[in-house]
This record gives sequence, C-alpha cells and structure tokens, in this order.
Amino acid sequence: MSEARTLPQLLRRNAETIADRTALREKDLGIWQPYSWRQYWEEARDFALGLAAAGFARGDKLSVIGENRPRLYFAQLAAQCLGGIAVPVYQDAIASELAYVLDHAETSVVIAENQEQVDKVLSLQSRLPHLKLIVYDDPRGLNNYDLPLLKSFEAMQTAGRAFGTAHPGYVETAVEAGSEDDLALFSYTSGTTSRPKGVMLSHANLLIPAAALAAGEGIRLREEHLAYLPMAWIGTSLVSIALHMQIGFTCNFPEKPETVQRDLRELGPTIGLAPPRFWENTLTEGMVQAADASPLKRRIFEFFRGVAERVEQTKAEDKPVPLHLRLLRLVGEAIVYAPIRDRLGWRRARVVYTGGAPLGADVFRFFRAFGINLKQVYGATELSGLCSVQADGEVDPDTVGRILDGMEVRIAEDGEVLVRSAGIFQGYYKQPEATQESLTEDGWLKTGDAGFVDRRGQLTIIDRARDVGKLADGTSFAPQFIENKLKFSPYVGEAVVFGDARPFVSAIVAIDPTTVGKWAERQRLAYTSFQDLCTRPEVRDLVRDEIRKCNAMLPEATRIHRFLVLNKEFDADDDEITRTRKIRRRFVADKYAVAIDGFYGGAGDIELSAEITYEDGRKVILHSTLAIGDVDATAPPPGIRLPLAEAALAAETR
Amino acid sequence: MAIGGARPATAPDDVQLSVTGVSKRFGGVRAVEEVSIAVRRGAVASIIGPNGAGKTSLLNMISGFYRPDSGTIVFEGRDTTHLRPAEIAAMGIARTFQNIALFSGMTVLDNIMLGRHVRMKAGVLSSFIYWGLAQKEEVAHRARAEELIDFLELQDLRKQQTSALAYGLRKRVELARALALDPKLLLLDEPMGGMNQEEKEDMARYILDVNEQWGTTIILIEHDMAVVMDISDHVTVLDRGRKIAEGTPAEIQRNPAVIEAYLGVGHAPGERAA
Repeated sequence: MSEARTLPQLLRRNAETIADRTALREKDLGIWQPYSWRQYWEEARDFALGLAAAGFARGDKLSVIGENRPRLYFAQLAAQCLGGIAVPVYQDAIASELAYVLDHAETSVVIAENQEQVDKVLSLQSRLPHLKLIVYDDPRGLNNYDLPLLKSFEAMQTAGRAFGTAHPGYVETAVEAGSEDDLALFSYTSGTTSRPKGVMLSHANLLIPAAALAAGEGIRLREEHLAYLPMAWIGTSLVSIALHMQIGFTCNFPEKPETVQRDLRELGPTIGLAPPRFWENTLTEGMVQAADASPLKRRIFEFFRGVAERVEQTKAEDKPVPLHLRLLRLVGEAIVYAPIRDRLGWRRARVVYTGGAPLGADVFRFFRAFGINLKQVYGATELSGLCSVQADGEVDPDTVGRILDGMEVRIAEDGEVLVRSAGIFQGYYKQPEATQESLTEDGWLKTGDAGFVDRRGQLTIIDRARDVGKLADGTSFAPQFIENKLKFSPYVGEAVVFGDARPFVSAIVAIDPTTVGKWAERQRLAYTSFQDLCTRPEVRDLVRDEIRKCNAMLPEATRIHRFLVLNKEFDADDDEITRTRKIRRRFVADKYAVAIDGFYGGAGDIELSAEITYEDGRKVILHSTLAIGDVDATAPPPGIRLPLAEAALAAETR
Repeated sequence: MAIGGARPATAPDDVQLSVTGVSKRFGGVRAVEEVSIAVRRGAVASIIGPNGAGKTSLLNMISGFYRPDSGTIVFEGRDTTHLRPAEIAAMGIARTFQNIALFSGMTVLDNIMLGRHVRMKAGVLSSFIYWGLAQKEEVAHRARAEELIDFLELQDLRKQQTSALAYGLRKRVELARALALDPKLLLLDEPMGGMNQEEKEDMARYILDVNEQWGTTIILIEHDMAVVMDISDHVTVLDRGRKIAEGTPAEIQRNPAVIEAYLGVGHAPGERAA
C-alpha cells in the first residue's frame, strides 16, 4: 500500500499499524466500550459493502443525523471508502432547514441515530427526490415500521458481508483508487446572512490543516479526546476525523448530551476543542455553583481567583511575578485550581482550544488563570476549519495566534483578512457565483473578518468586516467586542449592540435563565415565567448594573447608553442565531427595528411583536410591551465592588 | 400526538388476566361491584372513569394490595385472588403508584436495583461475602438495570437521589423500578398525572416502547383522554364501582352511557382516529 493520502487510506493504515489500539470509545450501558482500529476498519468496510450492494457509487452523498455515535462515524468513513461524500447535518435542525440541506446536497442515503430522526426524515420524504435509503442505528420503536427504504445498520452490514463474499476485495480496491483530491465532505455553513451553503472539502483540504496542527502542537498517539459537539460542525470533522485518522489517538463519545460534564470528568481528555459558547457556559455554571457554596468557600474561591487573575495579568504584561503572589498561587493550586480543573474535566488536559467565534478576553483569562492551557484558534469552514493557532508562550486573549505552516495571510486594503492555504475549499456546491465572490482573483479566501497582523506576526481579528461600524460622530466601534464584554456578566446570555451611524451605542440583552433565575430566588423575587422574569423592573436594574460595569471597561464614546431586556432568549429556531450560536446581527436588527427606533427616538416603552417558533415548527406572534432602560454613561459606575482578593492585595501593598 | 407503528397483533382468545365479578366494600361504601374484565396478552388496556369510580381499588385487588370480598382473579391460569402482594409480584405483575412511592433517600440506580430484588436468589450471607453466585448475580442485575436506564434515558441521573428529581422524572424512575421486575403485566396508576404535555408525550412513548419491545401487557389508569384513546387497544369504563362500558377507543367515544357518565352530557367529543 502506498502512502495514505485519504481518510479511508489512513483508516486502513491504522488498522494495520496500530490495529489493537483503541480508536473509539463510547459510553454505553454505563460502561466505556472500546473499538480498536481494526474494528473501526471492519465496521466501516462491512457497511461500505452494504452501501455498495445498495448501489451507492463514487460521488454519491451520505448524511448522518444524530449525536456522536460510533456507527455514524463508521458510516461516513464507509461512504468515503467508496469515493462518496459525507454530508453531516445538525441533529437539532428544524424540518425546513433539514429538507433544504438534504435536498440541496442530493443526499441519497441518510443514517439516522434513532426513531426521532427517522421520523423527521420520513416526514420530509416527498421533498427529497434523491433519497433512496434511510439506515437507523438504534432500533428502538422502529420494529414495526415495515418500509422498503428503511433498513437497520446491522441489516446493511449483513447484506454487505454477503456482497463482500461475492466481490472479494471490493472496498480495498475502492480505497486504493481514492485520491487526495476527491471530495470527502460537504460542510453546510450555518450562514449568518443567508441560506446554508455547502462547502466542498477534499481529503487534502481536511488533512493538511490537521497535519499542520498536529506538527505545530505536538499532538500524540496517547491523546484522549471527547467528541461532544455536533458532527455537522467543521471542528468535529477536523479533530474527530481528520486529526484522529492521522494521529491515531482515542476519540471518545459521551453517553448522552446531558452527561457530557460527568463524562469529561471520568475521562480526563488531554486535548479539546470547543466554541466560545461552551467556555462561556462552563464559566457561568461554575459561577452558579460557586454562588451556592458556603460563604467561607465562596470567599476562598474569590480570593484565589483574584490571585490567579493577577498572576496571569502580570505575566501577560511581561513583568516578574512578585514572590508573595507566587506563593499564594502555589497554595491556590493545591486547594482551589487543581480541584476546579478536576471538576471541569480538564485535569489531564495538555491543551484545549477555543474557536469558531471570538471568546471574551475575561472568560479566556479565567480559564488560563486556573491553569487550563486554553488557546485560540482561527479558521473558517472554507479553510477546513483552521488556519491559525496560538503557540505556547504566545497566548494572548486579543490575538488568534500565528498562521499555520504552509499557509499565508494578507490584509486587504479595506482591512479584510485574506488567507491562502491548501485547506481552501473546492467551492460551494452548486453555487459557482458565491464561490467566485468568496475568493480574490489570485486565489486568496476572503474570510469576511476585519483584522491585522501585529509586529510579532500574530493575527488579530477585530470583528466581522461588515459589522465594524462608525457612530454618527465618526468614532469607529466593533459591536462584537462590546458584546463579549457584556457577556462576561453571568447574567447576560446574549447581547446585540447597535450604533452604526447613530449618536450612541445601545444594546438588546437576552438574560441567562439559570443565573438570573437563581438571582431572583436569592432576592425572593416571585415570577411566573421566564417572560415575566425578563420584564421585571428589578431585572432591568440588575442588567443596568451589569452594563455599568461593562461601560467602565469601554472608551467613553462607545459606552452603552440605552438597553432593552428581551423577553425571550435568542433562538436558532427563530433564525436569530445560527446553530453554532453566532448572532445574525442583520436579521436581529430587522426583527427588532421597533426597539432600535425606540432607542434613538427617545421612547420609554415599546410595543414589540416577535414571532417565535415552537419546537414542532408552529409559529406564533408574541405581543408585549417592554420598557427601555437608560444608563448614565458618564457617571462612574457605582456598585462595582473591588473583588475581595484585589481589595486584600490593595491593602497589602499600602 | 401521532404515535405510529402498528403493534403486534394479539391473539383474540389469549387472555392473560381475567377478573370475574369482583367486589370490594369499605364499610358502607361499595368501591367495586361485580366488575369483570379480561385482558389479552400483549394488550394495552385502559381503565377510565370519574374520581371514586373504583379504578385504583380494582388495580389494588389485581396486585394483591386488597383482597376482594367476592369474585376471582386469574393470572396466566392461576387463581391469584388470595395471594399476597409479594407472591403476585413474583409471578410477574408490577405496578406504579398514583402518588409516587420511591425511596427518596436512595439514588435512581439503587431504586431500580431494589426493583430487581424479587429476582435475586443469593442469601444474606453470600451477598455479604460477595462471592461466587452473589457476585455474578449482582453483575447480571446491574446490567439489566443499565438496560432500563438506557431505555428510559436516565443516564444523567443514575447517581442522583430521587428526592431531588423533578416530578416527571420521578414518575419515570418509578416506571423503571417496576420494569426491573421483568413484569409480564404492568399496572400503571395515572403515570401521566401532573405532567405537562411534553412529559406526557414522552411517557406515552415509553409505555408503547415497553409494550413493543418486551411484549409486556399494560393496564393503565389515566385521566388524559387524548392519551388513553391514542395508545389503548381496549378501554373499560367504571362509574361508581360498576363497569358501564368496554370496547375499542372508537366504540367508547361513541357510547352514550360513557359520554353521560364521564365526559358530561352535551360534551360529545368529535370522532377521533385512535
């Protein structure tokens, strides 16, 4: 066998060279069940034979819908063995989105995790002319479905083995015939602006950035990884497939989404990748738990948190850390930092990454301060997910690190970041105009992000290029920057900031139901529903205080003057946010135009009619009257208590 | 609530449980009077009726909690009328209660393992030493408990104390514990009482899945008519201790006596496909 250059070729290589090492591990019936590389290959091969027996051929597309499950991975690799293309889709997508992607990709085979997903696909059958076969993993509830296009995973493999006896070496030959330039994956971008686009990626596209990451970061065979993010996210394909095949480490799957935190802790992964949302949530949950702890524990936690953040800050400024701080940090390591790392599940983590969207500097610093080697990566689906990573010792919350080996970055005249690399996609499926628009004439990808490369060669992203705005007086401001500051407050779930061509900055805030709920409990504030809670004047005051704290960290010109507490969360089903939790700013601006008019028209109350979508797809219009809050942006922020530790340290230095 | 899939057909004459002319009085109150029902193996049979109609009393007699004043109960060819609850449980009849009856200081897993107690054979001493049979048995029972945890999607709650769980979840744990008995007949007393719509749909789904996966016969007391009509093969209507009607859900919905007694006059429901 020649050098392995495609995903299936790598799988075969692993099945020979590290056959008995654990490739995948899934928690099933309470026990971690391992699959060796040999088993991975055999399962994928048998399924590929089943697909071949069913007429699946080169260039055909296969979609998986479900949580991370070994069989969904076997199926994707099986399709690629035959020269087919994997098109993973978001399992929580509502019917119309799912129908759009499956139809647009011309998927002929769907692998559904369970009855719920089977039902969803069956309900769309009339809109999917290319669909020939639905294969299910979990048979529960499906025994009496008797439909010709519905087959169990086992039945496919059984049929496959029969086919294999008649056609010896069928899959092996197909794998050998594969080329690194074959298409391997269509990753549908969630699209903050328009309908999802199918990003076509070849084997080389996926493998080259993965190889660059592995080399630059020293990813080893011994790593343990927990794959708990949607299979449709490009980061999952990058780490749990491309990097996984290349290095041969162990990829683990949680028992179910609700058990991720516990599974993380049991497993102690050594590497990890998650979007900012995950880190923000982890921090918020941690804060909720800390708030529930006894006053003594809370004070100890707050004190050492202050110590850690101060050490981190001093290091970031390249100043020597004073001895007493170093000693305190050692004590903190023993009684606070290590136990907290253990609780979060990152006790053994060598390196974890955040990517997909910017992470607030404060959240970033928090994790680093507690000894978790969190680093930023930057990429785009069109770049197979990755083009830059922060090197150890160069970690800085404001940059996204150095461009990977073999890739180039350039800043366009208007400030847009352009990238050239072997990871650049093969185009959007069936959208040549869009493809053309996304590339410069000499083949650089327009990332759509505004940024610059600093003296050290670190790439810094400011915001989405088209979002960077100017206030009426010409002061430029980056909405995302302000939003991330706001989101550092545990009470703020999501925030959208406006101000382009306006006299001042204003914000729509969606509160975090968990933390604000807890807060209300502590305040003995009675409320009937989340909507009711959102409209409480007390909650408005709470948010106002949080905005003041945020304002204190902002230049005076870009401080938030007016705000609205929304009476719902931003929801992907309402198109306000993408499935990867990026705010669709323009859509939100249109939808809540009344609120924005209110901000700048000086209104006190606004009448809001917002359409909301239930889980089953029903839409209703929600009418409500909401009060706009004002913030005195010039006054010094009251109510900012110096965190305990800082107060103590201030006293010490005096 | 469209719950698809035809269930396995049951042989019309394969009666698993037959209750013949049972009556129960409490002092001067005639809780159940001369009620007879026959439940086929693998069926989902519902008992409906207004409050105080005698539904729970009937269930209590089947499970041996009450002893009928007259009449007979035959389960799988054996007269169980005068057996004790533990003996009836050992024959494969499990139940859940209207007011959740879990061990609140114990974890979800322990509650389910407790449900397997009736199936455990090792004695006190060998269990204590945890050797040989006792160990093998414990492992096998734990495996079964894990299957049920998987089936009812309780993985994230294994080690949680049941007292800390939301109401709907406690109902689900109670179902798991009843299933831990590997019952042939499962008696469910208002499994959806106090639940919201989503929890009800989940519970209906679980009940149908239990019935389909293991062929367990189900007798269900439930007030939510939509659920009853949706998932039952057979419905029996009680009113003031007497059986006033029985039949398929469609027949029951058309029955004027039922409409009067239960659904209220002038409140005839529209025809529903069941």
